[in-house]
Amino acid sequence: MTKEMTGAEMIIQALIDQGVEHIFGYPGGAVLPIYDALFHQEQVRHVLVRHEQGAVHAAEGYARSTGKVGCVLVTSGPGATNAVTGLADALMDSIPIVCITGQVPTHLIGNDAFQECDTVGITRPCTKYNTLVKSIEELPRVLHEAFHIASTGRPGPVVIDVPKDVQFATGTYSRPKAFAHRGYAPKPKADPRRVEEAVALMRNARRPVFYTGGGVINSGRKATELLRQLVRTTGFPITSTLMGLGAYPASDPQWLGMLGMHGTYEANLTMHECDLMICIGARFDDRITGRLDAFSPGSRKIHVDIDPSSINKNVKVDVPIIGDCTEVLEEMLRLWTAQPGDGHAAAHKAWWKKIDQWRARKSLAYKPSNEVIKPQYAIQRLYELTKDRDTYITTEVGQHQMWAAQFYGFEEPNRWMTSGGLGTMGYGLPAAVGVQLAHPDALVVDIAGEASVLMTMQEMSTAAQYRLPIKIFILNNHYMGMVRQWQELLHGGRYSQSYSEALPDFVKLAEAYHGVGIRCEKPGDLDAAIKEMIAVDKPVLFDCVVDPSENCFPMIPSGRAHNEMLLGDAAENLDEAITEEGKMLV
Amino acid sequence: MNAITPHSSSGSTSHYPSAHVAQAIETHTLAVIVDNEPGVLARVIGLFSGRGYNIESLTVSETEHQRHLSRITVVTRGTPMVIEQIKNQLDRMVPVHRVVDMTVSGRAIERELAMVKVRGKGDHRVEALRLADAFRARVIDATVESFVFEITGAADKIDQFVSLMLPLGLVEVSRTGIVAIARGPEGM
Ligand SMILES: Cc1cc2nc3c(=O)[nH]c(=O)nc-3n(C[C@H](O)[C@H](O)[C@H](O)COP(=O)(O)OP(=O)(O)OC[C@H]3O[C@@H](n4cnc5c(N)ncnc54)[C@H](O)[C@@H]3O)c2cc1C
Ligand SMILES: Cc1ncc(C[n+]2csc(CCOP(=O)(O)OP(=O)(O)O)c2C)c(N)n1
Ligand SMILES: [Mg+2]
Repeated sequence: MTKEMTGAEMIIQALIDQGVEHIFGYPGGAVLPIYDALFHQEQVRHVLVRHEQGAVHAAEGYARSTGKVGCVLVTSGPGATNAVTGLADALMDSIPIVCITGQVPTHLIGNDAFQECDTVGITRPCTKYNTLVKSIEELPRVLHEAFHIASTGRPGPVVIDVPKDVQFATGTYSRPKAFAHRGYAPKPKADPRRVEEAVALMRNARRPVFYTGGGVINSGRKATELLRQLVRTTGFPITSTLMGLGAYPASDPQWLGMLGMHGTYEANLTMHECDLMICIGARFDDRITGRLDAFSPGSRKIHVDIDPSSINKNVKVDVPIIGDCTEVLEEMLRLWTAQPGDGHAAAHKAWWKKIDQWRARKSLAYKPSNEVIKPQYAIQRLYELTKDRDTYITTEVGQHQMWAAQFYGFEEPNRWMTSGGLGTMGYGLPAAVGVQLAHPDALVVDIAGEASVLMTMQEMSTAAQYRLPIKIFILNNHYMGMVRQWQELLHGGRYSQSYSEALPDFVKLAEAYHGVGIRCEKPGDLDAAIKEMIAVDKPVLFDCVVDPSENCFPMIPSGRAHNEMLLGDAAENLDEAITEEGKMLV
Repeated sequence: MNAITPHSSSGSTSHYPSAHVAQAIETHTLAVIVDNEPGVLARVIGLFSGRGYNIESLTVSETEHQRHLSRITVVTRGTPMVIEQIKNQLDRMVPVHRVVDMTVSGRAIERELAMVKVRGKGDHRVEALRLADAFRARVIDATVESFVFEITGAADKIDQFVSLMLPLGLVEVSRTGIVAIARGPEGM
């Protein structure tokens, strides 16, 4: 289809052609022509946020829960700079985003014009790709290329900076057949010899473990299915990063829980003592490896990743496989089914026995209370009361986020939206907005901290405007708990600036935002309060007042005496379960 | 809480990944073919500064006008693991077509061009000319009290020439940075 239209109309047309149904944005002088074009159509629904950071997080939530590209529209200058945190977040967590920013007219660029900023310069290090559109001729190609780049290979955010005169200019629109970036080759085909090598190692492994991550989720539904089959037919244990939760069902006996800094004892020790690590779509982040020279010293390592720059970045691996999870898992499963591993049944049995001993340590245990709500208990109750529903969970950043990861059992992928790489407080509420728009009938809960949630609280207004019944479940410990925990462990308990002083009354705040406020302070009242929250068909701020002094364990501390793993007081002290090597775990 | 402490605490006190000190530092010359589009150089330089990689030398120019391709030659230093990381990080940039490690392929010729201004009279002037001749540097500008030499060669040859000119009245040096190409009939 070739048609004459203005640049602004092309933008809308390209969105329509890409199947975009929702775009999150905020108007301003440099995008007025685009807003005018939006006004004249009904296919793309614009969602007005209350801060541009919220627009990007909402688009991230939308993208992560649907597998589609999330779209954002913001104005020049402050509109673009406000979006930067969201873009950096999406880059770190490999979330596909297309963000259109307005720019001052071409002839004013570089003149310190009103609301001018060097958007392309500012966003270059926090996008997968960005570009300034200098003429109407290139606009259709750039728009479609942006979707292609954002969604293929390792996904990420793309910024298109469109000067106002280009939005007004008229040109010919058509959907391009070829892209200008011929050097961009996003789908490397995995080397079949490497996959064979990997499966041969798997057949011979005595103490294997699957270590999976966000790449499995990025790869799509099919990758999850294949992973489940492969794990079940091999019988190997499996752990995952924060970003990969839900790819493998948490209720399954082969599941060890999350690994890493706040991962379970059994997951971390299994990683430490394995003889074969099969890493699929995870990036050996420092929250996982701890001190590198002590990371899983006795194992051979297989690493499947679509991005060659993730391989051998932190940890040297024996079998690198550059490829898409789906494709590689399919091949692994095929090879394994044709010739399964055998002859190591006894070794595997002994391995599982060891793992069960580590499990017996109950590293997630906490001291229950009848007086005060323990945050872990709150998550457990939330889980029990929501698990049979169509539920999506987002989080803010802090202790509550880790407790959510530890205590909410994810059975399916794309149900868990959290800011892992950047760790952005304020992510969860706008992300919930995006998720709820994509899944209007689902139950969407933001597991929040009282400090984080204030960073983007204004998006409650967005939720009210679009009648999105998101549930903001605040674990209110009156502290920036994660900061307080580090200060307790590493800075002599000097709680410098980490007390949440002068908090708003969250119940009144909810009402001010046309929502419903619920406060719960006693463990005995919790179930009824959660049920009430679920039943409300409006945005809810749930002020769950929890034990202010609870810490999140296990923890592998960072920055101090570093080869120590800290367990909570309630964990079982089974000395025999800890091997010498285990004690050395970072 | 109870801590699981090792019996012999190791010397390292940082949780964060330590630099890969065990590996030796190497110098590599990379040829990077990129789309000649606005900002592409900023992208490449930003990668180096943002990730803390070294740039010892960097040259860039359009090499294929029709296809809008430029060639960037960058000399960098790091452990083999870091060099591999640099190549992968470059390669995944959208406008980057190819990254070739000229040092690994081992058959590359490297050259640099410098213009060297020397000011002096009498013996110094004679000596400067004599050395220039020995180094096959050409005189491309002259006054009664100065020369500008043009010299091409490997970077260490230029270093040597420049240090010899220093006592003879060296005023200024302008260098292109290193360019490289593989020997033999094959293109990259
Ligand atoms: C307070 C706090 C505490 C944290 N503690 C922990 C913790 O205890 N444990 C933990 O695990 N995390 C923790 N994190 C998160 C951590 O910082 C990282 O974000 C996370 O570990 C990275 O997950 P990942 O390795 O799965 O990588 P991701 O960031 O999800 O990256 C995915 C990888 O897969 C690759 N990939 C993408 N798509 C594909 C595809 N289609 N096919 C193949 N490969 C693909 C990518 O190239 C990349 O290498 C914490 C974060 C915060 C904020
Ligand atoms: C934007 C931003 N600023 C600062 C931090 C550092 N930080 C990490 S966790 C945290 C405290 C979070 O407090 P709260 O939301 O109450 O969660 P809690 O840890 O108490 O559950 C802070 C300040 C961050 N991650 N993000
Ligand atoms: Mg808190």
